[in-house]
Amino acid sequence: MSRFREMIEMIRMALNAVRTHVLRSSLTILGIFIGVFSIIAVMTGIRVLQSNLETAMSGLGANTFQFQRFPAIRFDDNDWEKYLRRRRFYAADMKRVQEKSTLAQAVSATASFGVGEASSKFARTNPNISAVGVTPDGFITQSWTVESGRGFSEADDISGRRVCVLGADLAEKLFPLGSPVGQPVKFLGISYNVIGLLARRGSLFGQSRDNFIAIPLGTALRLYGQKLSLTIQVQAPGRETYQDVLEQARGAMRRVEPGIEDDFELVSNESSVGQFRSLTSAIRLGAAALSSIALLAAGIGIMNIMLVSVTERTREIGIRRAIGARKRSVMIQFVAEAILLSEIGGVLGVIAGIAFGNLICFFMQVTPIIPFDLAAIGLGICSAVGIIFGTYPAWKAANLDPIDSLRYE
Amino acid sequence: MPLIRIENLARHYVMGTETVHALRGVSLSIERGEYLAIMGPSGSGKSTLMNLLGCLDTPNEGVYELNGKNVARMTDNELADIRNREIGFVFQSFNLLARSDALHNVELPLIYAGLPPKERRERARATLANVGLGDRMHHRPNELSGGQRQRVAIARALVNSPSIILADEPTGNLDSKTGVGILALFEELSRRGNTIIVVTHEEEVALHSRRVIRIRDGLIAADEINREQRAVVDGAAVALAGITPLFIV
Repeated sequence: MSRFREMIEMIRMALNAVRTHVLRSSLTILGIFIGVFSIIAVMTGIRVLQSNLETAMSGLGANTFQFQRFPAIRFDDNDWEKYLRRRRFYAADMKRVQEKSTLAQAVSATASFGVGEASSKFARTNPNISAVGVTPDGFITQSWTVESGRGFSEADDISGRRVCVLGADLAEKLFPLGSPVGQPVKFLGISYNVIGLLARRGSLFGQSRDNFIAIPLGTALRLYGQKLSLTIQVQAPGRETYQDVLEQARGAMRRVEPGIEDDFELVSNESSVGQFRSLTSAIRLGAAALSSIALLAAGIGIMNIMLVSVTERTREIGIRRAIGARKRSVMIQFVAEAILLSEIGGVLGVIAGIAFGNLICFFMQVTPIIPFDLAAIGLGICSAVGIIFGTYPAWKAANLDPIDSLRYE
Repeated sequence: MPLIRIENLARHYVMGTETVHALRGVSLSIERGEYLAIMGPSGSGKSTLMNLLGCLDTPNEGVYELNGKNVARMTDNELADIRNREIGFVFQSFNLLARSDALHNVELPLIYAGLPPKERRERARATLANVGLGDRMHHRPNELSGGQRQRVAIARALVNSPSIILADEPTGNLDSKTGVGILALFEELSRRGNTIIVVTHEEEVALHSRRVIRIRDGLIAADEINREQRAVVDGAAVALAGITPLFIV
């Protein structure tokens, strides 16, 4: 109990000491602030992007992966030709995967077949509506929810019916007043009957994910030709079977000799995040290195200030020792002061860093985050810096000879 | 049993190749409630003796028993605790914490004694009131006169009810009138049963004590009862009115 009380007392004393040297303390704090701010800002920024990434890269449902020709994110174009040389996937590939993936819960395929203007008898859009052909299972694998009407049936797909479902934004634009279900919509000169309306998926990175029209894949292949390049989605029944389903489907998909790298890209929510992580790891590393150097410099600053402070307060230390302070008490007092200096900088740095890192949210229209773990790590590092660089000055203070320090002028 | 028993106490310092013998074997005993002056010219070893008596230093040889405990063989932590509980220092240059007010300065020994804040504050208040500074509790040292500062220092020495009050030239930085006020305070404290040891080179100051020990060249040259103990004229002790017997040992 009295040890706890002593701690409180030491913190109070430390606060007092920091307050009496405002300018000196602020400069020391500034060093720590910069170190913590830089790392927290970068990490928060990356975290913001990443937290919005899972759904962004693929829009896939749970336990689902996707085969596609090109990788989800490319930061450099060195491998461009490799991807270009890859074969396209056709309906036959999907059929093969479907047949051989006995463990899968759903296998679907999608094909983008154009961007253009859509119109109803009420309104017309800008020519920026994307269109996709999708098999009935695509609703499951992409976790599309039908809000009203229905999704595609096997019959729609096989017989190539001219029906469509609309994203929420597009539906709102074309049918501002009533339900679109049952109404005709024209896209790229062809008329489709609206059979369903999809639930809103929201926007991501400032782009609406509800501004599209979907028709059965069979219809798209009929209208735009069998050579449309497909993307194939496979959903596993659960987490436990995910890896088995993936290997099975991958085996079905591969058209190359064993030992040769896959001739397609396998994308899942995990792999997208993983890919993003590996691409940003250099940035992270750079930020960590920079802020380590900044924190090291700041730590040396703390040590410097503490050494000055110890010399300046030699007499005070003598007084404290004379009236019964143990060495340990003096030591704790000075270490507490160093920790306090560094923690003030740390708290300010964490707050500013998180705020700055979240600035990206305004530009990309994504939800801001508060990374509590980063904050905790940041503050932990600050304590460590305070302890590491405060210990020697504190040790020096504690081991001053009381008689000499009482005489010190 | 005497409060302090010293036998053959010796302390030497090694300075480069030379060894300085500051104390060469001092023996004396001090009873509870004595008012004692230690005198000697500079270099006589009186400061060394004071540091040893105050447990700031340990002897090379000899025995120092305080309250029956041999202090000479104690560890640094034990010495710190003894200083905290048994000894109240009063210095020539007051040695108050400049950035803390009078109350906090007086509280300081109680902080290291581990008292809860409320009790601490109450005792510090009462002690400050007892030395006549009840209305100066929240003044910082630089807002107080020399005499008032020394009173704060005395309050700090008293607050833990120590066995000894050890004063090192307590009037050295004060004008004679203020100095007399401090001596009156010591007299009053002595009358109330406190043990007081004053280290000084001023005959004037020593004459107020009941026993005078003279140190020369690291040895006791004289140890005499002061038969003409001077008292401060009545009235100088006015500030003590209303003292409660808080620090009677």
